[in-house]
Amino acid sequence: MNSTCTMTYVEAAIAALREEMQRDASVWALGEDLGRGGVFGQYKGLQNEFGPARIADTPISEAAIMGAALGAAMTGTRPVVEMRFSDFALCAVDELVNQAAKARYMFGGQARAPLVVREPVGMWGYLAAQHSQSLESWYTHIPGLVVLAPATARDAKGLLKAAIRCDDPVVLLEHKNLWPMRGEVANGMDALTPIGKADVARSGKDITLVSWSAMVHECLAAADILASEGIEAEVIDLRSLWPWDEEAVFASLRKTGRLVIVQEAVTTSGFGAEIAARVAETCHSDLKSPIQRLGSPRVPIPYAPLLENELKVSPQMITAAVKLSVRS
Amino acid sequence: MQKPEYDAELVHALGGAGLLTDQKNNPDIERLKDHYRQMLRIRAFESEAVRAIADALVPGFIHPSIGQEAVPVGVCAHLGRDDLLLSTHRGHGHTLAKGADAEAMMRELFGREGGTCRGKGGSMHIADFSIGMLGANGVVAANITIAAGAAHALKLRGKNNVVACFFGDGATNRGPFLEGLNWAKTFDLPVLFVCEDNQWSATTKTSAMLAGPGPLARAQSFGLAGTSINGNDILAVDEAAKNAVASIKNGGGPHFLHCRTYRHGGHTGTDPAAYRDAAEAETAMRDDPVATCAQLLRKADISESSIRAIEEEATAEMRRIKDNASHAPWPDKRIVYEDVQDLGAVEAGR
Repeated sequence: MNSTCTMTYVEAAIAALREEMQRDASVWALGEDLGRGGVFGQYKGLQNEFGPARIADTPISEAAIMGAALGAAMTGTRPVVEMRFSDFALCAVDELVNQAAKARYMFGGQARAPLVVREPVGMWGYLAAQHSQSLESWYTHIPGLVVLAPATARDAKGLLKAAIRCDDPVVLLEHKNLWPMRGEVANGMDALTPIGKADVARSGKDITLVSWSAMVHECLAAADILASEGIEAEVIDLRSLWPWDEEAVFASLRKTGRLVIVQEAVTTSGFGAEIAARVAETCHSDLKSPIQRLGSPRVPIPYAPLLENELKVSPQMITAAVKLSVRS
Repeated sequence: MQKPEYDAELVHALGGAGLLTDQKNNPDIERLKDHYRQMLRIRAFESEAVRAIADALVPGFIHPSIGQEAVPVGVCAHLGRDDLLLSTHRGHGHTLAKGADAEAMMRELFGREGGTCRGKGGSMHIADFSIGMLGANGVVAANITIAAGAAHALKLRGKNNVVACFFGDGATNRGPFLEGLNWAKTFDLPVLFVCEDNQWSATTKTSAMLAGPGPLARAQSFGLAGTSINGNDILAVDEAAKNAVASIKNGGGPHFLHCRTYRHGGHTGTDPAAYRDAAEAETAMRDDPVATCAQLLRKADISESSIRAIEEEATAEMRRIKDNASHAPWPDKRIVYEDVQDLGAVEAGR
C-alpha cells in the first residue's frame, strides 16, 4: 500500500478518474471534447474504457454542463464536470454559485451535490486574457464550495480522488503548466490526499513561504537560491484553499516569525489576502516583520510573452521579498 | 374579446373524457372532482399566503400562481412518486400538486420551525425531496438545465421515470432554456418541459420582449415534440400531459407542453399589477381554470352542494394550516450553521 510510482500530473489525473470510475459506478464525467481525451489529454483513453455514456461529450454549453451536473448529482450520481479552461466556467457561475453551492443549505439539508468541477487554471501557452486566469478567490468566497489546487502529481491524483468521494461540490483547479510535471505518486485505490491538509514542501527555520498550485514550484526554486545564501525558507503548499490548513501556517509562523504569500492570481482581494488577514488576527505577536504578498498586478493577462512575463511572480521576486523581510 | 364560449368545448371535452355517461362513481367524474379539489387547495393556499403578508407573517416575497392552477394539477396527475419535478419562484402549485405537505410549506413561507427547508429557503426555494420535488428556484430558467441533468442521471441509472420541469414564458428568453432543451434532445432524455405562459415576464408584457413565433416554435426548432394548449382547461392539460408522459416513458424523448394561461395577480403577492391593461386582465380572467372546472362538474350533474363542499373543505384546510403555521415556533438560530458543507463548515462567530 505504501508503494509509489513516477508519473506526470496529467497521468496522475487520468489514473485518479479511472480508479474512481472503476470503484464506483455512479461516477461519470461530462464536458466538451472528452472523447478525444480532453484539451490537455487529461481524459485520454477513458472513453474507450468506460464508453460514451460515462465519459460524455457535451455541447459547448457551460451553463447546461454545470446545471445538468447538479441535477445529476441530486439524482444519485457523482458527476465530474470538465470546464476546459477555468475562464469558461464563468459561463456557468449561476449554476455553480447560485445553485450547486447552495442546494444543500437552501433546501434545508434535503439535497447533496457531490460533483467535482475541474478547471484548468493559470498562465500557459500565451493565451491572453480569457484563457489564463486564476480565479480561486471567487470560489473560496462562496459558502458551500470546497476549493482544491494541486501542485504535484501526487496531489493531482490524491485530491481528484478525494474530491470525487466528497459529498460537497468541489472546485478542483488544475494548473495547465503542471500537466507534464513528473512526480512520485502513491499507489493504491485509497491513496487520497486529505482535503484541508497542507504539505510542508520544504522545511526551514528563517521564513515561511505560503503558496499553492504552480507557484509552489517558484517558491521551491527561490528556496534553493536562498539556501545557497544561508537563508532557510519553509515552503508550505496549501493544496486545499477551502478548507485551508490554518494550523500548518500558524505553526510554521510561530517558528519563523516571517511570512511571504505567493500566488499567481491578481493580488488584490486574492486568497493571499485572506491568509494575511488570518495571520494578522491570530499570530500578530509572532510576526517579526510585515507580511508580504506577491501576485499579479491588477491588470488583465496580455498576449505577448514579454508582456505576460511582466505579471508573473519569479523566484527572483520571491528571494527579494524574503531578503526584505529577513533584514527588517 | 368576447366571453369564452364554453359549451361547445365542454361537450367535446366531456364526451372525449367519457364524462357524459353520468354514472354514479364514474371514475372520470371522480378524477375531475379530484382535479377541482387540488386546484382549489392551491388557490386557497395562495390566498391565505397573500393575506398573511398583510398580517406580517411572511418575511420575504411570494409569487402567487392564482389563475394558473390547472397546469400543475393536470400535469402532476400523471406523475408518480418516483417521477421528479423542478419548479420556479412561482412554485406553490407545483409543489402542492406533487403531494407536498401544505402545512410544512406554509411554515416555510412564514420562516417557522417545521418548514420544508427548515426556514432556510422560503417560498422561492421550497423543495420536498421525499416526493421527488427537487426545488423551486429563485433564478428564472435555472431549473431547466438542472431538470435535464436529473433526467440524465435517471437514464444513466436505467430508471423509467420522468422529470417534469415547469417554467414561465419569460424563461424562454434565457440562455439556459436554449442550452437545456438542446441538451435534453441531444441526449434523448425523459423530460417533460411545461411552459406556463401567463403572458407576463415579471412586470413586462412578454409579447413585447419575445422575437419569433413563441415558446413552442423554439422548442420545435430543437426537434422536440410538443403541443400548445389552453392551460386553463383542466381536461386539455390532463389529456396533453397523459399523452406526453406516455410518450416519454415509451422512449419518445423530451416533450414540450406550451400551456396558455394568465396570472391573475401581480408579479409578487404585494404587486397590484397596476401596469396591466384593465380590459386585458378582465377578459383574460374570465377564462378561469377553477370556474371552468366547476362548470364541467355541473355539466356532469354534480350538485351545487357537492361543488360547494369541495370549495369549503379546501378553504377550511388552508385556513387551519395558516393558523397552525402562524403559531409555530421560530427555528433555533443555531441551525444557521448547519448544512453548509461537510468540509470546511464554519463555527458560530466565524
